[in-house]
Amino acid sequence: MDMNEIKEIFFQECEEQLAELESGLLKLNDGDRDPETVNAVFRAVHSIKGGAGAFGLDDLVSFAHVFETTLDCVRSNKLEPTQDVLKVMLKSADVLADLTNAARDGGSVDEARSRTLIRELEALAHGETHAAEPAAPKPVAAASKPAEPAPVVAKPDVNDEGFQPIPFSFGDFDDEPAAQYVPTCQIVFRPNRELYAKGNEAVLLLRDLSRLGEMSVYCDMDRLPPLDKMNPEEAYFSWKVSVTTDKGEDGVRSVFEFAEWDCELDVRTIEEEIVGDAADDDEPPMQAVPFDLSLLEDGPAAGGEEEPVASESDAAAAIAAADTASKVAQVASRAAENAKAAAAAATAAQANQASAAGQTIRVDLDRVDRLINLVGELVINQAMLSQSVVENDNNGVSSINMGLEELQQLTREIQDSVMAIRAQPVKPVFQRMARTVREIADITGKSVRLITEGENTEVDKTVIDKLAEPLTHMIRNAVDHGLEMPEKREALGKNPEGTVRLTAKHRSGRIVIELADDGAGINREKVRQKAIDNDLIAADANLSDEEIDNLIFHAGFSTADKVSDLSGRGVGMDVVKRSIQALGGRISISSKPGQGSVFTMSLPLTLAVLDGMVVTVAGQTLVVPLTAIVETLQPEASAIHSFGASQRLISIRNSFCPLVDVGRILNFRSTQANPMDGVALLVESEGGGQRALMVDAIQGQRQVVIKSLEANYTHVPGIAAATILGDGRVALILDVDAVVAASRGQPLRQDISLAATG
Amino acid sequence: MKKKVLTVDDSRTIRNMLLVTLNNAGFETIQAEDGVEGLEVLETSNPDVIVTDINMPRLDGFGFIEGVRRNEKFRAIPILVLTTESDAEKKNRARQAGATGWIVKPFDPTKLIDAIERVTA
Repeated sequence: MDMNEIKEIFFQECEEQLAELESGLLKLNDGDRDPETVNAVFRAVHSIKGGAGAFGLDDLVSFAHVFETTLDCVRSNKLEPTQDVLKVMLKSADVLADLTNAARDGGSVDEARSRTLIRELEALAHGETHAAEPAAPKPVAAASKPAEPAPVVAKPDVNDEGFQPIPFSFGDFDDEPAAQYVPTCQIVFRPNRELYAKGNEAVLLLRDLSRLGEMSVYCDMDRLPPLDKMNPEEAYFSWKVSVTTDKGEDGVRSVFEFAEWDCELDVRTIEEEIVGDAADDDEPPMQAVPFDLSLLEDGPAAGGEEEPVASESDAAAAIAAADTASKVAQVASRAAENAKAAAAAATAAQANQASAAGQTIRVDLDRVDRLINLVGELVINQAMLSQSVVENDNNGVSSINMGLEELQQLTREIQDSVMAIRAQPVKPVFQRMARTVREIADITGKSVRLITEGENTEVDKTVIDKLAEPLTHMIRNAVDHGLEMPEKREALGKNPEGTVRLTAKHRSGRIVIELADDGAGINREKVRQKAIDNDLIAADANLSDEEIDNLIFHAGFSTADKVSDLSGRGVGMDVVKRSIQALGGRISISSKPGQGSVFTMSLPLTLAVLDGMVVTVAGQTLVVPLTAIVETLQPEASAIHSFGASQRLISIRNSFCPLVDVGRILNFRSTQANPMDGVALLVESEGGGQRALMVDAIQGQRQVVIKSLEANYTHVPGIAAATILGDGRVALILDVDAVVAASRGQPLRQDISLAATG
Repeated sequence: MKKKVLTVDDSRTIRNMLLVTLNNAGFETIQAEDGVEGLEVLETSNPDVIVTDINMPRLDGFGFIEGVRRNEKFRAIPILVLTTESDAEKKNRARQAGATGWIVKPFDPTKLIDAIERVTA
């Protein structure tokens, strides 16, 4: 794995974190005050910042940092997450998403927007915290430091006497080697027991010191009590070290960076002569000794050293003592080990069970698609095999038939399982809609609340991917055209805050997505007038409310008097309808003046397979999607009634239903077929009630693998797709809605004819 | 013998970076995604040093460090904390929980290996 791959992972992770962030913020917005929600939100931003920092994505880091600081205030209860605060945060989440996208794909972000938000976030963090206490991370750090030994990094360049070191150049002393003037540091190092308890090691610190320069070491063992009084976890030794180094006191102190809280440490720089003076005190003389690293356990660092091994006994003793001190601690800790082992194993087993639930793996989508394609081929192949066995099976070899049946069942199960891999909850798309709503609400000055339901409804990933665009457009429409301005709503006695409800659910093998708003509903007068103006309908056309409502799906139709930059964008509801249809879906609208509109989309769960009824029409084999069929019946002469010039009705259980001759509509034949010679399929079409489709015969019912006709040939009106049957022949899949629409007098090529008139 | 490092971090990005960096530097790497998993993995993996993040779901870095220090078998193990420069408060809390040292983010491979070498023999 290289850095680019990790970066790819980073961006994937960002997407997940952003989703987490948004859903967390929305939960907070709904009044959720669970600390874990706040934590999750904080962690999401924190993670993004961490990864971005590693890749040097500075814009992202700096924004995430400000965001994180403000979230931290919420986390520590210094900032109340009110609606106003959350509004800023939700916008910030949007900007964070933009910055992430910009970092990945290049492109720019709205800098003015992010600067404004940075200011707002900072104001939130400071406004609340300054009054209470100096709680922002930095002030705390500064305030707490004086109480303890100052960390090396923060230590000003002033020594204990208050003298500032003066930069000194050796450049003037070219004749003398600079090395002679390398200062010596004298270090007194007395570790506390905590130092060992935290996993630090005196011997390792001494090793690091030895790397700074020539070092001499003296170990003070005076405090070591007799063996019977010795506490194995106590720290008894201290060390006096002098190192000749050009790294200075700071360099020495940085060695003790991790340990300085847990030891007494005194570092001072001395000049060569004073070393002698110090040695003249009653302290033992120190000798410059090479530091023997072979005493350390084997390790990469020890192996790399090139220092001579000829160790002086003093140094060896010092190191050995340090080593012993830590070994004693280790031995002591191992003693208790066995007692705890059993309990630990039990806990581990328990924990393993807990983590076994909900495990997932990440798989490249291409691999799943390849598998799905192969399974598709397998299904076709299995069907062909069954068919040829049946055709050649004159002696009724039942064992083969049974085997084939099992094969069929297995194939079906494999297919279902593979499809399940691709199934994903609609949640991510729904979450994206939340942002869309916020943005439009902002621009239009309307107050909108988005309620989502059934976010966990699963549907094929391809469907999800293609759902975002039409949904975005519909939501824009709902807010821009559907909802009224707050003042108007109030005047009408409605809640000034409009509601848009987005719902997903499974219904009879399809996913149904509903988008409902509580706005003004469709202004039918306006729609009708517009349609007349655009020559979509005749001025005297007599249309039902439903038909008027459905006019908005016609090409080039827009009810807004002026094209706003929102719903405008050059696309109308006709594009939405077409993209839903391209997914094998249907869309309809129902609207009540003053109460709002409901758009209902029904989509197949997968675009790969379909349960279909195989029928014959005028010698052609067609497949009718099973989900569309309500029932099949054999028409009787007494049930057929003529209606108008060429229309016929069939009476079913005391109600009349228009009879649609599929062969006639698809132009398979020029004359109407006799209903008594065929079979009627009662279908339910979106918004159009029931129709009886006339076909010549039913061959059977089977699952077919959908092959796109548009991708392989071209769009054929009235035909949704194609498939390969068991005998290897291509059969066309009927587009029931298109055929029903055509039967209502709208020609099949309605798009083209409308384009010509409009 | 290769040194074994246990890394505990909930970010997939950072986990991968740690993995690549440590493997390249010749360490054996074991990974956990949060404190709870870290404590589980610890029991079976016997690492020489632990590198842990602070902000994690289920059990955060502080809790994880305390858990390790309470464990008789592993309480002497060096633990390095991934932390941010600005947050001295967190560094302090980690230290009090029993962290051996820290690695300041943004993640830098050299700093990481340096810190590990400092606390291991």
